[in-house]
Amino acid sequence: MPDTILVVVEQREGKLNRVSWETLTAGQALAAETGWTLEAAVVGSGVANFANEVAAKKVSKVYALESPRLEPYTPDAFSAALKQFIESKQPKLVLMPHTYQVRDFIPKLATAMGRTAISDCVGYKKEGSKLLFTRQMFQGKLAADVSFTCDAPWFVTFQNGAFRGDKAEAGASAAPVETVNIQIADGVIRNQPQQVFKEAKQAVDLTQAEIIVSVGRGIKEQKNIELAKQLAEALGGELAASRPICDSGWLPMDRQIGSSGQTVAPKLYLALGISGAIQHIVGMKGSRTIIAINKDSEAPIFEIADYAVVGNLFDIVPPLIEEVKKAKAGS
Amino acid sequence: MVETLLATSLQRHTRSFRLKILVCMKQVPQKDAPLKLNESGAWIREDVSYEVNEPDAYALEEALRQKEKHGGEVVVITSGPARAQQVLREALAKGADRAIHLEDNAFVGLDALNTARAFASAIQNETFDLIFTGLQSDDYGYAQTGVVLAELLGWPHATIIMHIEKSDAGIRVKRELEAGFFQFVDMPLPAVLTIQSGINKLRYATLIGIKQAKNKPLRKVTMAEVQPAVSGNLQKIERLYVPQKTKNTEFLEGSPSEVAKTLVDKLRNEVRVL
Repeated sequence: MPDTILVVVEQREGKLNRVSWETLTAGQALAAETGWTLEAAVVGSGVANFANEVAAKKVSKVYALESPRLEPYTPDAFSAALKQFIESKQPKLVLMPHTYQVRDFIPKLATAMGRTAISDCVGYKKEGSKLLFTRQMFQGKLAADVSFTCDAPWFVTFQNGAFRGDKAEAGASAAPVETVNIQIADGVIRNQPQQVFKEAKQAVDLTQAEIIVSVGRGIKEQKNIELAKQLAEALGGELAASRPICDSGWLPMDRQIGSSGQTVAPKLYLALGISGAIQHIVGMKGSRTIIAINKDSEAPIFEIADYAVVGNLFDIVPPLIEEVKKAKAGS
Repeated sequence: MVETLLATSLQRHTRSFRLKILVCMKQVPQKDAPLKLNESGAWIREDVSYEVNEPDAYALEEALRQKEKHGGEVVVITSGPARAQQVLREALAKGADRAIHLEDNAFVGLDALNTARAFASAIQNETFDLIFTGLQSDDYGYAQTGVVLAELLGWPHATIIMHIEKSDAGIRVKRELEAGFFQFVDMPLPAVLTIQSGINKLRYATLIGIKQAKNKPLRKVTMAEVQPAVSGNLQKIERLYVPQKTKNTEFLEGSPSEVAKTLVDKLRNEVRVL
């Protein structure tokens, strides 16, 4: 019996989370390289539709782990369900997307099974028969190749955007789908989640902006945001920010770009005084062109910038605004 | 006898919601510290400046605010070499009541599972109502230790928390989800919470606080004391390296006005937004 890779996809609010396709792409790549069998699982209540959606992809089998107690999501229920299932099926490798929900239960699941999770990976390497998982450390300044020094099952989560969801291969025919009824005993679930909601009314939809001028801590003071605003206006773009700026209340939360805020992929993303912490990068690395201005030459943002300026944004932005205005007036 | 029992239970019921909170804190290299690989290539050279892991500072601030609101005690814990004590001193100066330092160089290399095991072992004779950690560390970025600790203790947990308030059944917390969504969750106590940055505004330690900190209890725990609880790591950093660049970044040089002109040139001709 060949070893198995199990991809646990994520469904939320009645939809399959699109990032699940990225994890499936990773699973397919690993299966191809290792020769292991690829299977998938979806967890919840009434999830047959999601299982069928996944079964259309190139995967050997899809499992629907079912229990009314799996809706709404709680870490107790999800951990109990997956522990039951993984103990019976014994996959070698368990892959999940590094979403907020997965972060909420995978360390619990791994610990309950006496195992460990290598989380937020951006890729993998196969060296001989050994699998190494690559992850960013020190907020992206260094990369680490990490191996498991314990028995399977091995738990891995992949960062948003580490793999291309649109590269998930379709299957020649629909894979078999099996429903697995999960028993969750009374008293297992201790949290009582309420309805998910969006906080403030969203005044601006940054995902629709073609040009975004974004500020980070390098903007230093709230009053300096005016400078970035002028640049955004000159370019005909929208103003955005990294989390610390919104936490300080200098810009409203609907201007936040990153894992907790919006994920954008505009034609142009201009990052002013943004260091490039991972939680921010995941929200904008898909931008067509990235220009970064930062006075720290080691800032991780420069790893993904198309054009980089190592310098003081307060020296550079004012003449830039003038040049942009001149260019627009001239044309 | 019955009267005494009744009186005691009434007392428990009407007593204020005093909270005994443990805050797990970590010392990490400073954000702008230049990092160099050590000889083994599997870790960094430790001759850099260190600071408190910023998410943990928010966790501490939240604990202090809960104590100010409800009464109780805030205890801070960290594991690491002697230099890590600085994080505890700062926490005591800000208002924490006592500190626990698992002091040994060897704690630096422990994975989340063993760090959590060491903490659980060190606090086995305590009765906390809440344990806070920052949502993740800025050096490893795994976001696991708090959740692992909850599982080891058999406690409920919730992650990426933006608000905590008392409720009849225990606490009601506000969990942050992606893309601007949130969710309230009701939970019993005791519980572990991982705290999101921006939940509050960080305070500065006052001079009086710094002075008072010197007299607050700081318990040291050796590796030997927790050794029975820990094992070898279940994962291993094989190598650390400067990430390979996949982008062809063009660095623009010159005076600010030259750079401005070059940028506009690029914006017009290459990015085509002008």
